Amino acid sequence: MTALAAAASQTSTGEAVQFWLLGIVAVIGALSTVLMKKAVHSALSLAGTMIILAVFYLANGAYFLGIVQIVVYTGAIMMLFLFVVMLVGVTAADSLKETLKGQRWLAAGCGLGFGALLVAGIGNASLNTFNGLGTANAEHGGNVEGLASLIFTKYVFAFEITGALLITATVGAMVLTHRERTERAKSQREMSEERVRGKQLPPLPAPGVYARHNAVDIPGLLPDGTPSELTVMQTLRNRGQIRDVSNESLEQLKALEQRSEERLGRDNEEEEVAK
Amino acid sequence: MNPVNYLYLAALLFTIGAAGVLIRRNAIVVFMCVELMLNACNLAFVTFSRMHGNLDGQIIAFFTMVVAAAEVVVGLAIIVSVFRSRHSASVDDASLMKL
Amino acid sequence: MENLIALLVAAPLLGAAVLLCGGRRLDRAGHWLGTLLAAASFVIGVVLFLDMLGKGAEDRTLHQKLFSWIPVEGFQADVAFQLDQLSMTFVLLITGVGTLIHIYSIGYMAHDERRRRFFGYLNLFLAAMLILVIADNYLLLYVGWEGVGLASYLLIGFWQHKPSAATAAKKAFLVNRVGDMGLSIAIMLMFTTFGTFAFGPVLEATGQTSEGKLTAIGLMLLLAACGKSAQVPLQSWLGDAMEGPTPVSALIHAATMVTAGVYLIVRSGAIFNAAPDAQLVVVVVGAVTLLFGAIVGCAKDDIKKALAGSTMSQIGYMILAAGLGPIGYVFAIMHLVTHGFFKAGLFLGAGSVMHGMNDEVDMRKFGGLRKYMPVTFITFGLGYLAIIGFPGLSGFFSKDKIIEAAFAKGGTEGWILGAVTLLGAAITAFYMTRVMLLTFFGEKRWQPDAEGHEPHPHESPKSMTIPMIVLAFGSVFAGGFFSIGDRFLNWLEPVTGHSHGHAPVSATTVTAATMVVLVIGVAIAWAMYGRKPVPVVAPRGSLLTRAARRDLLQDDFNHVVLVRGGEHLTRSLVYVDHTLVDGVVNGTAASMGGLSGRLRKLQNGYARSYAVSMFGGTAVLIAATLLMRAV
Repeated sequence: MTALAAAASQTSTGEAVQFWLLGIVAVIGALSTVLMKKAVHSALSLAGTMIILAVFYLANGAYFLGIVQIVVYTGAIMMLFLFVVMLVGVTAADSLKETLKGQRWLAAGCGLGFGALLVAGIGNASLNTFNGLGTANAEHGGNVEGLASLIFTKYVFAFEITGALLITATVGAMVLTHRERTERAKSQREMSEERVRGKQLPPLPAPGVYARHNAVDIPGLLPDGTPSELTVMQTLRNRGQIRDVSNESLEQLKALEQRSEERLGRDNEEEEVAK
Repeated sequence: MNPVNYLYLAALLFTIGAAGVLIRRNAIVVFMCVELMLNACNLAFVTFSRMHGNLDGQIIAFFTMVVAAAEVVVGLAIIVSVFRSRHSASVDDASLMKL
Repeated sequence: MENLIALLVAAPLLGAAVLLCGGRRLDRAGHWLGTLLAAASFVIGVVLFLDMLGKGAEDRTLHQKLFSWIPVEGFQADVAFQLDQLSMTFVLLITGVGTLIHIYSIGYMAHDERRRRFFGYLNLFLAAMLILVIADNYLLLYVGWEGVGLASYLLIGFWQHKPSAATAAKKAFLVNRVGDMGLSIAIMLMFTTFGTFAFGPVLEATGQTSEGKLTAIGLMLLLAACGKSAQVPLQSWLGDAMEGPTPVSALIHAATMVTAGVYLIVRSGAIFNAAPDAQLVVVVVGAVTLLFGAIVGCAKDDIKKALAGSTMSQIGYMILAAGLGPIGYVFAIMHLVTHGFFKAGLFLGAGSVMHGMNDEVDMRKFGGLRKYMPVTFITFGLGYLAIIGFPGLSGFFSKDKIIEAAFAKGGTEGWILGAVTLLGAAITAFYMTRVMLLTFFGEKRWQPDAEGHEPHPHESPKSMTIPMIVLAFGSVFAGGFFSIGDRFLNWLEPVTGHSHGHAPVSATTVTAATMVVLVIGVAIAWAMYGRKPVPVVAPRGSLLTRAARRDLLQDDFNHVVLVRGGEHLTRSLVYVDHTLVDGVVNGTAASMGGLSGRLRKLQNGYARSYAVSMFGGTAVLIAATLLMRAV
């Protein structure tokens, strides 16, 4: 029994190594979540941190939570984040310049003080005895069974309420994003008439320059070499995310010529030297 | 190694998340930082569970995850609808506290 | 018999109600109704008087309780009447003189279209005055006190189209309020001291009460008396009150209402007897007013104002006598009654003169009227002889007694008071002779009035002369009737008590001295106004004369001290209000506004700022928790 207690109060060397390695990475991930300019980078850093946390859960004997962390959190929630980031604009980079006066100093002060206090609190608490989860997990035949027996007995009421909360959240999200139609839906006839009577009778020209680019944000080139904005979808046009490649091919051609010229010239020089 | 280190790590992550909430203006990033804080708490709960040798801490962490999922759903919906009307995801732009 | 007491009041009260509410259809008969009811009241009074005479001195006091007015635990106030010899004297004087003056007013007010209203007011006054004198407690007395004040106000301002009358009414009302305040404070003090207002218990309990409290009550009662009886320092309203119709001046401001103060002091005699300091103040007030009124009376050219000064002076005699204590109470009342007769007669005579002279009041524009109005001349002359104390007439008996009583006070005080009363008698002789000479003797000096009407002096109608004749009879015989055999003394003694004091000089000496000063006064007046013609325009006169013409600067004094003082007080209060009170209020508002303006900057709408405060707050909470644990 004493051996068990001693084993519980100290972790194995392997776990220590794992902690120090992954812990550092987790902190770096957290910092980059905060400091990255682009939201998508932040999301990816956060996902990494979460996966590391999942590993820590597993190491702490919370097998069920570890898996749930990866599957639900990292897999579902973070992907939801990424989805919204895409929706809002993946390339839009935030300026990290602070606009509120003194906000950064206050935040830093509060953060440092708060962290110090937490650390002091943890240090103050006498947390020297560790029981380990061996007994608790073994009681019902495993971690998942143990959790299940708690959830469906002791915490069943909270569990039900949580279910209600999820339903409410779903409905709330739908209500929030729902947009009331303010005008009558167009009939098929009106749509076809609109289409025929509009300026553009045939389908819009496709984007991209077939020889080199086929991305949607690249406008097609007209016969005279100028880009046609019609070929790019309206969302990108509005965002101003059009990549103009009309001169790119010329530049590339020029560069190619120059390179070949250089090469030829060198070859010529070599030949001359050889002669 | 003493498992208390997990708690220190949780405190560190929590503080970083809080600072992020205060510093960042992009609502999505702010949300991510909130998630980071919640995760830090979860780590602490899991560690407590191990220290005390029972599963209640894990149950709390489990509930935290569920609540966080609900919160993310609603929060992102709010962000999307704000973005629709203001074409911006900055929390500072919504300083009039209305759409 | 007791049940008749309420009828005494009810008759004039009914008259007032009917006349004031009845409207114009009573215009033709209203004055007859008013006079009839006043006479009815007088008849009831006489019946009660005869009944009282039939009883022994001990059971002459009648009580009648009408109903409980304020029946509260620990605070019992009844509407109850008490008719004893003192009240009886007043009842007869009030109803008797009142009835005569009602009759006189029928003629005097014949041409006034608001005569009905005038009689309504007169009846109201009678009712209030009767309540005042027959109330059996101070609270009901206060009702009557205020009632006569109201009637006085209404009657002084009866010709309210004249600004001077309206102002005089307001002045009388305001000055009376000061006195009324004294009475109400006195009543409150009585309640806290004795727990009751009824005369019987209060006056019996004076023996067991501290002198300080009694002095306070006495001084407050004196203040009330000063207000109502126009004594210094609240005397200023009486002269202006002559703006009212002359019957009013005769009834209210000469014979009855102004004597209410004397009644109050004599009625509260037990309180004053136990408070010598208050008594001393009463005497001083009386003595000062005596001379004050007399001096004012000497300088006035307005016949009514001269008589008003005389009234003030004579009431000064009464107050002085009342202040002497048991030595003087009876004589104060006796002088009051005789004064009621002759002063009412004099005023009615003055009214009659004015009636014949187109309402002219300036004596310098009279002269030689004795040939034109013989009845008025004779009755006025008898009143004149009575007031100066011509031997055998009313004033001789009553005033002589007061002078004797003043000497009988004893010690230095007695000598001073005696000298003052003698001096007063001399001045009285002077100014009354002056009035007499200016009005009825010398050559005629009257002039056309502003519209060019030459006055045609004529005798007044019967309705006016008959009351004057009746009053003249009273002026001649009342004093003698009262004094011979000490009738009046024996009549009142059971109520007021009496002591003879220790006169340092014999009664004969006093009478002789009075005669001497009387002759001197008359002689001086004759020398100044009888021997040589009187100028129509008043000469500039000495400093004293000029001051006396201005009522010895009483109004100027009031203006400088009270009005200016009040204005300054108000101004400084307004200043304090504006700077201090408003400053505090506005300052608070401004500081709150400024603070809010600064706090509002925290409310900037940036969610992140709010998050910082939440975060900081959480940090503080954690710190506090840790500190608590550490401690």
